[in-house]
Amino acid sequence: MPHPHPHHDDDANEHVIRVDRGAGVTRRQALAAMAASMALANTACSPPPKLQAHPYVNLPEARGGGLPLYYATAFVRDGFAMGVLVGTQEGRPIKIEGNAAHPSSLGATDVYAQASVLQLWDPDRSAVVKQRLARNAEARTSPQAAASTWSEFETAWRARAATRAQAPADATLRVLTGPLTSPTERALLAALLAREPDARWHVHAPLRDAAAVEGTQLAFGQVVTPLFHFDQARCVLALAADPFSDGPGAVHHAMDWSSARSSARDAADARPATLFAAEATPGLFGARADRRVALSPARIESLLWRIATQWMPDIDAPPADPALADFESRVVGALREAGGSALVIGGPGLSAEAHALVFQLNARLGAVGRTLTLIAPPDDASDAGTLAALVDDLNAGKVDTLLVLGANPAYDAPASFDMPHALSRAKLLVHAGLHVDETAALADWHLPLSHAYEQWSDALAHDGSASLLQPAISPLYDTRSAAELLALLADDTVRDGHSLVQRQWRTPHRDDFDAFWRRSLRDGVVADSAAPALTLHVHRARSRPSSLPGLVALFVPDAAAHDGAYANNGWLQELPRPFTKMTWDNAALLSPATAKRLGLETGDIAQVQVDARSIEAPVWVLAQQADDVVTLPVGCGRRRAGRVGNGVGFDAYALRPAGATTSAVTLRTTGRTHAFAVTQHEIDQHGRELLRTVAAGSALPKQETHAQLYPSFASPVHAWAMVIDLDACIGCNACTIACQAENNIPVVGKEQVAKGRDMHWIRIDRHDLDEIDNSAFQPVPCMHCEEAPCEVVCPVGATVHDSEGLNLQVYNRCVGTRFCSNNCPYKVRRFNFLQFSDETTETLKAQRNPDVTVRQRGVMEKCTYCVQRIARARQASERDGRPLVDGDVVTACQSACPTRAIRFGDKNDSKSDVVQARASQRHYAMLDELDTKPRTTYLARVKPTA
Amino acid sequence: MTTPPATADDEVLRPGWGYASVTDKIAGLVLTRPVRWPWLAAFLGTLAGTIVYLGAMTYLFIKGVGIWGINIPVGWGFAIANFVWWVGIGHAGTFISAVLLLLRQKWRTSINRFAEAMTLFAAGMAGLFPILHLGRPWFAYWLAPYPDHMNLWPQWRSPLVWDVFAISTYLLVSALFWYLGMLPDLATLRDRAKTRGKQVTYGLLALGWRGESRHWARHETAYLLLAGLATPLVISVHSVVAMDFAIGNTPGFHSTIFPPYFVAGALFSGFAMVLTIAIPLRRVFDLKDFITEVHLDHAAKVLLATGSLVAYGYLVENFMAFFSGDRFEIAMTVDRWTGAYAPVYWLMMACNVLLPQVLWFRAARRNTVLLFALSIFINIGMWTERFTIVVQSTHHDFMPSAWGLFIPTRWDWIFLFGSISMFAWLFLAFIRLLPTISISEMRELVKEEHDERRPAARRRSPRSAEQGGPSGIA
Repeated sequence: MPHPHPHHDDDANEHVIRVDRGAGVTRRQALAAMAASMALANTACSPPPKLQAHPYVNLPEARGGGLPLYYATAFVRDGFAMGVLVGTQEGRPIKIEGNAAHPSSLGATDVYAQASVLQLWDPDRSAVVKQRLARNAEARTSPQAAASTWSEFETAWRARAATRAQAPADATLRVLTGPLTSPTERALLAALLAREPDARWHVHAPLRDAAAVEGTQLAFGQVVTPLFHFDQARCVLALAADPFSDGPGAVHHAMDWSSARSSARDAADARPATLFAAEATPGLFGARADRRVALSPARIESLLWRIATQWMPDIDAPPADPALADFESRVVGALREAGGSALVIGGPGLSAEAHALVFQLNARLGAVGRTLTLIAPPDDASDAGTLAALVDDLNAGKVDTLLVLGANPAYDAPASFDMPHALSRAKLLVHAGLHVDETAALADWHLPLSHAYEQWSDALAHDGSASLLQPAISPLYDTRSAAELLALLADDTVRDGHSLVQRQWRTPHRDDFDAFWRRSLRDGVVADSAAPALTLHVHRARSRPSSLPGLVALFVPDAAAHDGAYANNGWLQELPRPFTKMTWDNAALLSPATAKRLGLETGDIAQVQVDARSIEAPVWVLAQQADDVVTLPVGCGRRRAGRVGNGVGFDAYALRPAGATTSAVTLRTTGRTHAFAVTQHEIDQHGRELLRTVAAGSALPKQETHAQLYPSFASPVHAWAMVIDLDACIGCNACTIACQAENNIPVVGKEQVAKGRDMHWIRIDRHDLDEIDNSAFQPVPCMHCEEAPCEVVCPVGATVHDSEGLNLQVYNRCVGTRFCSNNCPYKVRRFNFLQFSDETTETLKAQRNPDVTVRQRGVMEKCTYCVQRIARARQASERDGRPLVDGDVVTACQSACPTRAIRFGDKNDSKSDVVQARASQRHYAMLDELDTKPRTTYLARVKPTA
Repeated sequence: MTTPPATADDEVLRPGWGYASVTDKIAGLVLTRPVRWPWLAAFLGTLAGTIVYLGAMTYLFIKGVGIWGINIPVGWGFAIANFVWWVGIGHAGTFISAVLLLLRQKWRTSINRFAEAMTLFAAGMAGLFPILHLGRPWFAYWLAPYPDHMNLWPQWRSPLVWDVFAISTYLLVSALFWYLGMLPDLATLRDRAKTRGKQVTYGLLALGWRGESRHWARHETAYLLLAGLATPLVISVHSVVAMDFAIGNTPGFHSTIFPPYFVAGALFSGFAMVLTIAIPLRRVFDLKDFITEVHLDHAAKVLLATGSLVAYGYLVENFMAFFSGDRFEIAMTVDRWTGAYAPVYWLMMACNVLLPQVLWFRAARRNTVLLFALSIFINIGMWTERFTIVVQSTHHDFMPSAWGLFIPTRWDWIFLFGSISMFAWLFLAFIRLLPTISISEMRELVKEEHDERRPAARRRSPRSAEQGGPSGIA
């Protein structure tokens, strides 16, 4: 092994020693002592990196000039992979793009994937191994823990193994993980469990709907995962389900639906699929549905039985609900017409029997195998125990060592489990995770895990397709991947993640491994690895179960914090929730009628009680909410999430019963109120036709143009324009957060949002429209007006037009009069009222896009049409000596959009996508009467036909 | 040797005043009157307010304008409302000095000096706010046209650039006009001062004025010319300020009536402030003989006239919103009546339209207590008008989804009251350091009044007729 620090100062040492010769030390002795101390000094230092990083000796030309370098890897949420491209600049991951080749992404992303890059750079991430100082009861309750090292942990682990080998006890090793699809990790886990005969694996998925899993068991005799094919469907009925936001396949569903709808919308002979939704709490799918009803889970089940009885007359249908007769007959008619192209989806809140009936109904319709296919669950945990079983064993003293890997039961377990007590019963509690979270605070050892973008691993998509995860950056801290940790625990001979993953995949691909490896890494997905569809017999329906009477609590994942894992992500916390437009909070959602009955209003704090447990939660009254249902979003109210997520909202897990998504609940007013930070106060558009609708197949009235005093801007070469299709937009917020990541948009915090100072460059307006009897969403970025009102009033010329029609904001020139914003009819300008950009936190600085200026306080900012991406595309075309073609410039919002609602391109290029879109009969400019001639225009939402 | 003239009661000057006694009275306020506790308390109180104001400015420069309640959509809040309000107050002085001089209104004489001082201080307060309200105030000079190596100029289509010129010209001309008019009085103070320090200070400020005929001739010419120059500025400065809004396309901003309506409103608020100052001033410093009920009556009549113009402006604004059929204008107007800021709007209507109607009655115009109270209400009313235009218009414009409320923070209030404090402090200092009423013009008035009663003497200059002291300077 070469010495890392060769020294060349022997002569100098000799000189020094010569002076000391009189003291009796010989030169040789001195040199020996010197060498020994040098060697000792080296051992005290941290070891060199496990892997070698090679700098470029000769920089390839293609990598010059700060161009982004993309790594195909996957973003893992709830165990499932969404294939992404991690865009790095100068070695730093700064932006996530979708991977078109990956089935869960299809080139788009959701908000979590976009925000995952901030999770990587989260300054609160755990960086060091921590060991509790004292092993006693008092220490359990105190969060004091001492920094330690991996080698100390390994030593302790080996010591444990040695003692256990000498004296096997009744108590055993248990491993608790979240949902796990990674073949490598599962293999290593199996190896670890095999070392200790009675060791056991438990899976804790806080959001998993046990009834849905049981429903597949009832219907098919085994647990299966249904896959929905929206591109094949002509009629979709969602019962308490939101397939556009729930589950790992949501982006895939939205993309399939959108592409089928866009091809059917303009075709003469085809009609877009009709969507029906009966939901207890508003979801993105329901807002897009042609017909939507808000019903409590019990009434949804009654509706399901009544609909199913049309195809299965032998089941006991409840009496007709007169209020739903119209909806029911429309649904039945549409399902009958669609036949095998129909699709019925059940969601959280329904009983297992209802889920089973949904599958039967699909089978009767002929949908199974066409719009609905079944696969073996990619996160199959049939050989794993549940958290409940683990808690029982813990309390029974049967657990010697508990390893918690990527789970946080101390926070998200049902309150009835009394997790802190149960965890304290384990003799040794080891926690491995990204953060020192609630569980880590109780653990004897906390081990920092690498982020998905720092490690080699693998994971499966919602359809079972495998992806290889490759690091886009070497670990920021002294962390290990889950696979590396398992290898350490199992005393594997191979310890580094790269080799572990390669070993896993070498077995099935022995012949052409190198080619396989390169191809899979490049594509971001292992070719032809999707799970095969199962052909299963459907069992007969069972009787309708009794449902909860009275007020029902529905536990749903928070739209930002998800199950709580993303609570410390400022981008997500500040992202307006799609329906309430609140930020930095969760709320108990109530319908107006129920709220009135309970004497509650938006902002009132209610005491919410389930069984004997109660919490206080602020109430939000939402017109779309079903009567007699209280939606309680879980994932908030974290106690040890970090500086961003601590104490944001209330913790609904404290009420959640084990293994259920609903429960009976009572609400009482406390008389106190809570202030929400909301980005959109007015949902009604006051008849202003900002968000327009049009009947299917008909045209909007032509917009007239008026004479201008000032000469028009000419864009002789390129004329950038954006068209946003409101018929495709589902309001998922992915564009907003993609823009935030791309353009270094600061997070301002709840107080500033409440003051009306949110900084998002593209906001999603929600309007409730009578003509579609539903909510509709409208993304509003800068309009890049050709006759921009902002430009006229700026006293210093800080906002100007460029030759391609971009309305530019020159940050360096801006003095901050804010006249431009006052004069902007669309109110898309954002002002740095204070120093909003974090200038001190090192890791957050590293996340910033170097191509975009970080704005100082006192300057105005706004959407630039991603001018840095336009510049990059122009430079590339000039370098290659070819003209810019349509599709060379893709804005961040456009790239993230899971329905391809945003189109961007050159208005001067007659063949471009935007020119086609602008020629549509649904095309309109918002507030065209002001003659601002916006370059961002819209395609009207099509009114429902069903 | 003739007897020095003494006044009879001609309503704008009470009887019994001669050249010397006028001089004694006014110069005495500066030179001999001892410091008394009411003035001292007011001076120290407003000084404390001024220090708070300066401290708040420091904090503002360190933290940014986010300490105020402004947001998107309401980009301008108190700062711009205060700015327009102060500019408006700064209108009356120049109007009284210049326009009434040209119109040969005798009653302007005793109130023009302090009205000009008021103008200057108010314009100074106004001039601060556009700088304070900038996101990056250290670059305020970018609004000025100056040659630089990047060849960057202001953007001339922006009314904010016109503002820079309008305000700075107005400030400059007002200051010159005030100072020029004060030269003979400064010389009087120099000559009457007993201490060396005062003699030197007033001597330097008097610029070597010796009361020569040539001095007087040139002074009168220059004064008249400046009055001519200042007169269009009275109209222009607030017209330009009005265009800050009228150029904008926001409903509530975008209105062609704004320039004349703003000028009328400015005179309205300016005269209200003149009364707010004059009524305590004449009482505390016993100047009731110089500032008589007639002065107050005239000022009240101006209030009534300009108030009526302002009311007409309100009427036209409301009418035009509906006459235009523009849904955004209509919605904005209805929101003014019924929305979140409706109380402010109705307070404005009460203060600016309803209450001034008492001025139709002579008894009300001569009732100082009532006038003082009314002037305060009009000051408040005009501030609420500025607030309504600045805040209410933007909080409820084109996109309902972007509507939002402006809620003032404590810093907003500190800046409003801080500027009032500083204004009052400057004014209190002015009262004790400079002649509050023009001595030379008052003496001219004595002469004119004397001559009117003795037509034979009318041709003779009052200065040469003076016997009791150095000619024309005493």
